[in-house]
Amino acid sequence: MALVKYNNNSISAVTSAPLIPLGALTHIKTLTASSSSTLSFVHGSNGVVLDNTYPIYKFEFINIHPATNSVLFQFNLSTDSGSNYNVAKTTTAFAAQHKEDDSSTALSYDTGEDLANGTGFQSFLSNIGNLDNESASGEMFLYSPSSTTFVKHFTSRVNHHHSEDISVDCYIAGYGNTTSAINAVQFKMSSGNIDSGKIKLYGIKDS
Amino acid sequence: MSIVKLNNQGVKNATAFGSISSLGSMVFIKKLTASSSATLSFVDGANGVVLDDTYKEYLFTFNNIHPATSGAYLYFNGTDDDSSHSFDVVQTTTHFRAYNFEDDSARILQYLSSFDTAQGTDSRISSGLHNDNDSSLSGYLTLFNPSSTTFVKHFISNTNYEQGAVSINSKFAGYFNTTADITGVQFKMSSGNMDAGDICLYGIA
Repeated sequence: MALVKYNNNSISAVTSAPLIPLGALTHIKTLTASSSSTLSFVHGSNGVVLDNTYPIYKFEFINIHPATNSVLFQFNLSTDSGSNYNVAKTTTAFAAQHKEDDSSTALSYDTGEDLANGTGFQSFLSNIGNLDNESASGEMFLYSPSSTTFVKHFTSRVNHHHSEDISVDCYIAGYGNTTSAINAVQFKMSSGNIDSGKIKLYGIKDS
Repeated sequence: MSIVKLNNQGVKNATAFGSISSLGSMVFIKKLTASSSATLSFVDGANGVVLDDTYKEYLFTFNNIHPATSGAYLYFNGTDDDSSHSFDVVQTTTHFRAYNFEDDSARILQYLSSFDTAQGTDSRISSGLHNDNDSSLSGYLTLFNPSSTTFVKHFISNTNYEQGAVSINSKFAGYFNTTADITGVQFKMSSGNMDAGDICLYGIA
C-alpha cells in the first residue's frame, strides 16, 4: 500500500485540532482612538465579551496620546451596559518618577488621585503631554467582572511621558465596590479627546 | 493521482503540526478551586501539573481568594523535593503595599518590615484578609525558571484585596534561595482554610 504524504495544502480544510493546546490569552477587541471622546468596551456590543466567559480580563494601552496637553487618562465601570459609568470604587495610587534632566526622582503615594468609594472616573495618575512623541502605555487587569458575590478587583501599571518631561511609572489598584456584575468599561481623558492610541482587550482562559 | 483532502475528522487526534505544538505563548496548565481547603498545591507531574523546564516562566493567577478566618494572610512556599514535598524552601522577600480606606480616613504607601522574609519559609503574599461575604483577593504571581540548578528562583507578585472597608494593593517579590530545582509550590492561609477562590497556573513560552 502506498503511503500518503500530507503537506500544508492537503490540510487547508482543517479548522480545528482540539488536542493542540490553544493559547490562554485570547484577543477580544481592539479599539483605536481617532480624536475620540471615549473608548468603551460594552459586553455584547461590537464583538466585545466581558462576562463570565473569562475569569480575568486584560486591557493593554498602547501609545495613548491626548489631544489636550497635561491631562489624565481615566477609566470607569458600568453595571448597566454602559448607560452609566458610575460604579463606586476604592483605590490606591502611587508612582515612581524621574525627570529627563535627572534633576529629581520620587516614589510617593498620590493622595489626590485615589478614590474612597467615589463614583467618578479613576485616573492613571499624572498629566500626559500632547507633544507628538508623548503618550502613555501600560496594562490593567480586571478580575471576575461577572461575579455577583465579590467586589471587582483591578490592578494596573502605566508608564507615561509627563507634560513636564518626566517618566512616570503609575500603579493604580482597587475594587469596584459592588456585587453587581460589571458589563462595561469606559476610558477617556480628563479633558479633551483621546487623539490616538489603541486599547486592546484580552480574555484569560482558566480551562 | 487522486488528491487527498484532510478535514477535522482526519486530524482529530493530532497533537502537533510539525513544529507547532501549541498556539499562543500563554498556555493554561491547571486550575485549582478552593473549597474549605487547607492548602492548594501545584506539584510537577501530579494531576496534570507541569512545573519544570518546559517553560522558563510560570504565571499563577488568584481569583477571589476568600478566607474562612478573618485576618488570615495568604502564604506561599515551594518544594525542591521530588517525593516528600515538604514546602520548606528558604526565601528572602520584600513586601510593600498601598492602602486606602473607603471612608477616606487614611491612606499610605509603606514597606512592611514585619511582612518580609529573611531566609525564612512561608512568605506572606498579602496582609490579613477579611472573610466578609464580598471580600476577596485577586492578582497574580510570576515564578521564573523554577527548574534552574544554577540560580536562585525569583518570583514577583501583585495582588489587590479588600480588608474590611480598605483597599490594599500588595507588591511581594523575592527568591527561593536554592540552586535545587523547584518542583512544586503551595498556597495556604496563615490560619484556617481557604474557603473559596481559584488559582490557575499558566506556562509562558
